[in-house]
Amino acid sequence: MMTSTFVQPALVLIAGGLLLPLIRGALRSAWLLVIPLIAAYLVAIVPDGTAVTTSFLGQQLTIVKGDNLSRLFAMVFAIATFAGALFALNQRRTSELSAAFVYAGSAIGACFAGDLISLFVFWEAMAIASTIVLWSNGPNARGAGLRYAALHFLGGTILMAGIAGEFAATGSLAFDRMDASTTPRCLILAGFLINAAATPLSAWLPDAYPEASWSGMVFLSAFTTKTAVYVMIRGFPGTEILIWIGLAMVFYGIVYAILENDMRRILAYSIVNQVGFMVVGVGIGTEMALNGASAHAFTHIIYKALLLMSAGSVLYMTGMRKCTDLGGLFRTMPVTTTCGIIGALSISSFPLTSGFVSKSMVIEGAAQEHMKIVWLLLQAASAGVFLHAGIKFPWFVFFQKDSGLRPSEPPWNMRAAMILCSALCIGLGVMPQLLYAQLPFKVDYAPYTTSHIIGQLQLLLFSGLAFFLMLDLLKRTMTITLDVDWLWRRLGWNVLSWFDTMVGRWWAITTRKVSAASLTALARIQQYHGQGGMFGRTWPTGTMAFWMTVMLGAFLILAYI
Amino acid sequence: MKAIEPHLPVLPVLIPLFGALFSAFFRRGASAWLVALVATWLAAAVSCWLLAKALATGMPISYQLGGWAVPWGIEYRVDVLNGFVGALVTTIGAVIMPYARRSVAHEIDQHVQAWFYTMYLLCMTGLLGITLTGDAFNVFVFLEVSSLSTYVLIAMGRHRRAVLAAYQYLIVGTIGATFYVIGIGLLYLVTGSLNLADISARLATAPPEFARPVVTALGFLTIGICLKLALFPLHVWLPNAYAYAPSVATVFLAATATKVAVYLLLRFFFTVFGAGIGLASVPIPELLFVFSIAAMFIASFSAAFENNAKRMLAYSSIAQIGYITLGIALANQSGLTGSIVHLLNHAIMKATLFMALGAVAFRLGVVQISDLAGLGRKMPVTMATFVVAGLGIIGVPGTAGFISKWHLALGALEKGMWPLVFAIVSSSLIALVYIGRVVEVAYFREPAAAANKAHDPPISMLAPMLLLAAATIWFGLDTRASVGIAAEGAKVLLGGLK
Repeated sequence: MMTSTFVQPALVLIAGGLLLPLIRGALRSAWLLVIPLIAAYLVAIVPDGTAVTTSFLGQQLTIVKGDNLSRLFAMVFAIATFAGALFALNQRRTSELSAAFVYAGSAIGACFAGDLISLFVFWEAMAIASTIVLWSNGPNARGAGLRYAALHFLGGTILMAGIAGEFAATGSLAFDRMDASTTPRCLILAGFLINAAATPLSAWLPDAYPEASWSGMVFLSAFTTKTAVYVMIRGFPGTEILIWIGLAMVFYGIVYAILENDMRRILAYSIVNQVGFMVVGVGIGTEMALNGASAHAFTHIIYKALLLMSAGSVLYMTGMRKCTDLGGLFRTMPVTTTCGIIGALSISSFPLTSGFVSKSMVIEGAAQEHMKIVWLLLQAASAGVFLHAGIKFPWFVFFQKDSGLRPSEPPWNMRAAMILCSALCIGLGVMPQLLYAQLPFKVDYAPYTTSHIIGQLQLLLFSGLAFFLMLDLLKRTMTITLDVDWLWRRLGWNVLSWFDTMVGRWWAITTRKVSAASLTALARIQQYHGQGGMFGRTWPTGTMAFWMTVMLGAFLILAYI
Repeated sequence: MKAIEPHLPVLPVLIPLFGALFSAFFRRGASAWLVALVATWLAAAVSCWLLAKALATGMPISYQLGGWAVPWGIEYRVDVLNGFVGALVTTIGAVIMPYARRSVAHEIDQHVQAWFYTMYLLCMTGLLGITLTGDAFNVFVFLEVSSLSTYVLIAMGRHRRAVLAAYQYLIVGTIGATFYVIGIGLLYLVTGSLNLADISARLATAPPEFARPVVTALGFLTIGICLKLALFPLHVWLPNAYAYAPSVATVFLAATATKVAVYLLLRFFFTVFGAGIGLASVPIPELLFVFSIAAMFIASFSAAFENNAKRMLAYSSIAQIGYITLGIALANQSGLTGSIVHLLNHAIMKATLFMALGAVAFRLGVVQISDLAGLGRKMPVTMATFVVAGLGIIGVPGTAGFISKWHLALGALEKGMWPLVFAIVSSSLIALVYIGRVVEVAYFREPAAAANKAHDPPISMLAPMLLLAAATIWFGLDTRASVGIAAEGAKVLLGGLK
């Protein structure tokens, strides 16, 4: 049923993943590296417009439909798969890599899906495969994996209900731009938002991802949330509520990342934060903002993978993940440290890194629409990003105190993967035109203007300053004059922590109540349905006969009244 | 070929019947197995031929047994719907056969193995008789043939509770059959006929003062048949029967017995009564909605808390029956198509799941969920088929289970019953829990000491499992055959409503 001699790139990755368990020895490494490259090539040659269709259940399904936007996302997914596979060559658990390839393939499939059914199929495949990636990390990941799966299948259910409703209402399954005006479409958007880790259901991401293995989290960080961003760019651009949801995500990520001690949970919160920027871009919905959201997703996947690789390397070599246990690793892990810093600079949008050329487009999108409050909040958030991810992560892991740990550098392939990502981060920062040429709309934007560079540097400098001011130990040795600036930063910090305490308290109470209620409900269900319960145990024969008679009686009575 | 073609409608019943008689002469299990193998495959071939013929003619094929003219003699009447069910029963029965040899030899004493195959063939005879005959009392006779042989099959299980399970099923099954006969008796009083088509025609012209006995007959028949198909809350015999019966018997019964009862319900509701009083005048759709949804949720929850894997799948069967009866309650083209195609899809998936558990029992002797720890690595092919079929039960797109649920959901939407779609999808989420529990234990836990030496069963057992697992995927992607026939069947049934 192919319309041309053309191979769906998703299938290559999925088949590659499924066949992986059969391949052993040296061939396995080659397989892991070659499959993503083939997929990347196939993504590059997907033509514009509908390429592959099939009919299913009496509906014409568009399995592959290409344009700049879908190719951009699919390409970065393929790149992330290659880098992730290179990084994960030493991962002995084949189930994780196998699932990761299926996961990546499904994400690419979702990018090219031209109708809601194909999208849904790949969407669910992603949920299944990513759960397996999580579970592959052994018993500790069991609970988190179950919670993750439950939430994502709930999201899938909502999405399916929305798709069914959309089909019933319009008779069309095409996946195009929609507005969130009808109930089914709101359900579809809600399904998308759950995968984007949108507030108030952001917590699944920092809950689940850090429980994955040192390599698993690199894969997990790349696909689910960014696929959600992609489908929102295609389906719901300019939906205003997304601006506020995105802002809530941005600040949620910052507050919690600042307070977090586990290095990979810091990075997990920062995913929520960064996806928040993209969701804001989708909400603004102008060409500039959508370009910004797409570009930011592209650069984010690479630098977040880089950050997680450096964190993964530390975890792989030391087995530790808490900031308080780590520190001073720069002595023996210079490459990891350097790459981690490059990733941290990119996420903070330091000039000459990839984050600088992409995030500024989202903020510029807000400025062009004269959204003052949004613009201001985004600028403030940029400072917050530098605080939690740009400085906090490298500082506590690689510098700070000397923890006494002297791990050596990770194996060559892990270093190579980090260097590759670092090169991409800097390359895109230096030559943004490479990225801009691939964006969905024509770009009329120059990131490197004097005022922009100076403005950004000031922002970073001052937030960096604030970071070191707040380190109790360092405060004594730092001889920087404290001026008014300190007051509002200090005050801001206090407000922030008060806010956090309040939110934390409210959250604790709510979660306690919710979990108590669900435990009661579960116990009630078990009471009736468990093995000793009314529905689970064996009834005496007489009781069975009794109920048959009751049924018959009920039927006859109902028939005559 | 020419000589036997006129007798085609009755052959699928006769072949296993004579096979049963023949295999009862043997003392050795292997010889009886060979007879059963030949009989089931012959029956499957003949049934598929019959189905092809019914599809080609598009009219019911009528066959008068012994040449007796219709309202008095026994008529075999085959249309697309019962041709389809007959082909389903025989094909599943035949596919199980290669698997049965090793499993039965492992689970059943040498000296009763031949009896097992005899009962298996008799059970199949009964099920096919119910399916293909056009005579109400003939249905009762075959109902008893299949029930009695089923009790024996269940009682052959190794577990000492197998006998109790068989006894309980015997008691309630007999009550159910009695209800059926009372219903038929009332219909006979009103119409003076036992031929289903004839009853239907006479009911259409029956004087209004007969409405009362007709409704009463409908009540007795509905309850009696619903017991056989294990509609909640008449399902209580089923979990133990499936859990403690020998593996092969469970596979066969789970895949076919309830399906034939569903067919019988469809036949009575739409062909016999649909013409006479119309389903809408009695609260059957409402009752069916309530009990179907209750089955979908309550049985699924019970499955989620069950620790015996076979019993868990039995509860899952009850929940899946809920989907089928839900489609019957919808009583529109899409809903009925979903129900009928789910007869096939569920039979394939559940047979695969029970065969996988049978293979585990073959290697380990136990089927508690905790005993499955680490089997994903020790018995990779077995557990892979379990996962594929399990995904089908959940209703993941790309598997057969999705197709059924899709049509059911369409049927619900056509009636404007939105909440039903949510019920269908959210009960699938519970299926995710109970299938997920097994997957988690099998793939992410260390094997217990007993499981360490386990490995996949021999190829004769693997091949049927793989075939049906592949069918689960096949019917999830290429629905031309399955949905095509089911839609034809639904059209035949709805034609009777007008």
